[in-house]
Amino acid sequence: MNMPATKMDIEAATPAGTAAPVVAMTPKRPPRSETYARMARETAVRVIPPLVVIALLTLVWELVCRRAGSALPPPSRVFKDTKELILDPFFDHGGIDKGLFWHLSASLQRVALGYSLSAIAGIALGVLVGQSVWAMRGLDPLFQVLRTIPPLAWLPLSLAAFRDGQPSAIFVIFITSIWPIIINTAVGIRNIPQDYRNVAAVVQLNPLEFFSKIMIPAAAPYIFTGLRIGIGLSWLAIVAAEMLIGGVGIGFFIWDAWNSSHISEIILALFYVGIIGFVLDRLIAGLGKIVTRGTAPN
Amino acid sequence: MTAYLKLDHIDKIFTRGAATTEVLKDINLTIEKGEYVSIIGHSGCGKSTLLNIIAGLTGATTGGVLLENREVNSPGPDRAVVFQNHSLLPWLTVYENVRLGVDKVFARTKTRAERDAWVMHNLNLVQMAHAKDKRPSEVSGGMKQRVGIARALAMEPKVLLLDEPFGALDALTRAHLQDSVMALHQKLGNTILMITHDVDEAVLLSDRIVMMTNGPSARIGEVLEVPLARPRKRLDLATSSTYLKCRQRVLEFLYERHRFVEAA
Repeated sequence: MNMPATKMDIEAATPAGTAAPVVAMTPKRPPRSETYARMARETAVRVIPPLVVIALLTLVWELVCRRAGSALPPPSRVFKDTKELILDPFFDHGGIDKGLFWHLSASLQRVALGYSLSAIAGIALGVLVGQSVWAMRGLDPLFQVLRTIPPLAWLPLSLAAFRDGQPSAIFVIFITSIWPIIINTAVGIRNIPQDYRNVAAVVQLNPLEFFSKIMIPAAAPYIFTGLRIGIGLSWLAIVAAEMLIGGVGIGFFIWDAWNSSHISEIILALFYVGIIGFVLDRLIAGLGKIVTRGTAPN
Repeated sequence: MTAYLKLDHIDKIFTRGAATTEVLKDINLTIEKGEYVSIIGHSGCGKSTLLNIIAGLTGATTGGVLLENREVNSPGPDRAVVFQNHSLLPWLTVYENVRLGVDKVFARTKTRAERDAWVMHNLNLVQMAHAKDKRPSEVSGGMKQRVGIARALAMEPKVLLLDEPFGALDALTRAHLQDSVMALHQKLGNTILMITHDVDEAVLLSDRIVMMTNGPSARIGEVLEVPLARPRKRLDLATSSTYLKCRQRVLEFLYERHRFVEAA
């Protein structure tokens, strides 16, 4: 997968070089102010509708929860209660009394580790299942059953096996996110056009070259679909797993806040969880876009 | 006649479960070095299967392919194929597509710089050097097929196999590309075997035309020599009586004696 990526770097560098002569041809260009106005309009069209919706929802929330005796705090209360957490995410009073940054980074580290392992193992197994009919016949039924097991059902078993929270949480991430990666990679490998296989045969690529020069680039769009589903699932699983294993982590932060009846802190944490999940998804999608540019059939 | 490429009693039977279909029956053909031979027949007669057998992509059920008196039964760059739908790898540039084969074939015999020069030389032959950094999706259908030809030529094949190379192109582009292939054949003296279903194309380009009967159990029905002097000019041939006679012969074979019944 390295090879196309480096090529992209070279490509990405060229537009800047070719753009220069275009700038020189000023006569056909609209005035700068007009360009800025157009850009501002385009941004506004994208940004204003969600802002309006968010404002309205916040207003409704405020109105519903403001009356005395409501179970959940209104947004104004949430902000007042969590101001310190928002403004200082980096404090560390020892133990689990840390700023949100530390909780989030602990969760992200677990996800990074578990997800990397599942990406490597998932792509490898996917290639095996996609390439070999016998591996598919043997493993596919197993995968189809295992992938329906909910992430948390694995946790007691992994706690029994590892006797420690940290590796258990990582294992839960791994086992949750690996299935879509395996299945999508296998589909991608199986869908490599016969033409590409014929080309490889005529050129006499060896299996290793076939893997890196044909298989991975050809299956890359499918692989990235799997990777994207996988990162979403692993972020779903980590919060649930951390609630049970305890220690530092956003999941346990939420559970701890519930136990101390800090409902506002729960709401703040949910915001962060949502935003980070969104960023992770975009990150993988963006990476996929860069790596798979040009792999679409023409 | 010295046999350079020899197809020796090739039969091909496809088996699917209990059902067997005999696609090719007793195909015998010898091709001389430097010869341009076309195989023509109705669709479904197994001509593409025959080309795949020669390329080594499919195995013959019985019989075999001899190249310079040695049996060949696996694919290799000595029988480079220009595929019908160009089959360029879309994630590589034009240059890299050609380079892929060159790097494998000349890994030991040419230095890095020589390989680079050789790729550019072959792109120049098909007039595609200007687009070397473009991706296949950024060039036209005719250009893709040119690159496909350059990729095959760059492997210095003993026999160049063309699988309906102009089938997917519009008439004008096709004529242009046919002229290019003719010029390349003239210049490089390659041995070329082309699959086609276009009568004019076969007569214009070939030294001999191999006409296949309809499948199943397709055989070689007739082999026609095309005694036209080279270099051939498309416009002059339109009025040449030899050309018209050859064309007539092929048309008669295809549309009278071996009419494709299913197409009617």
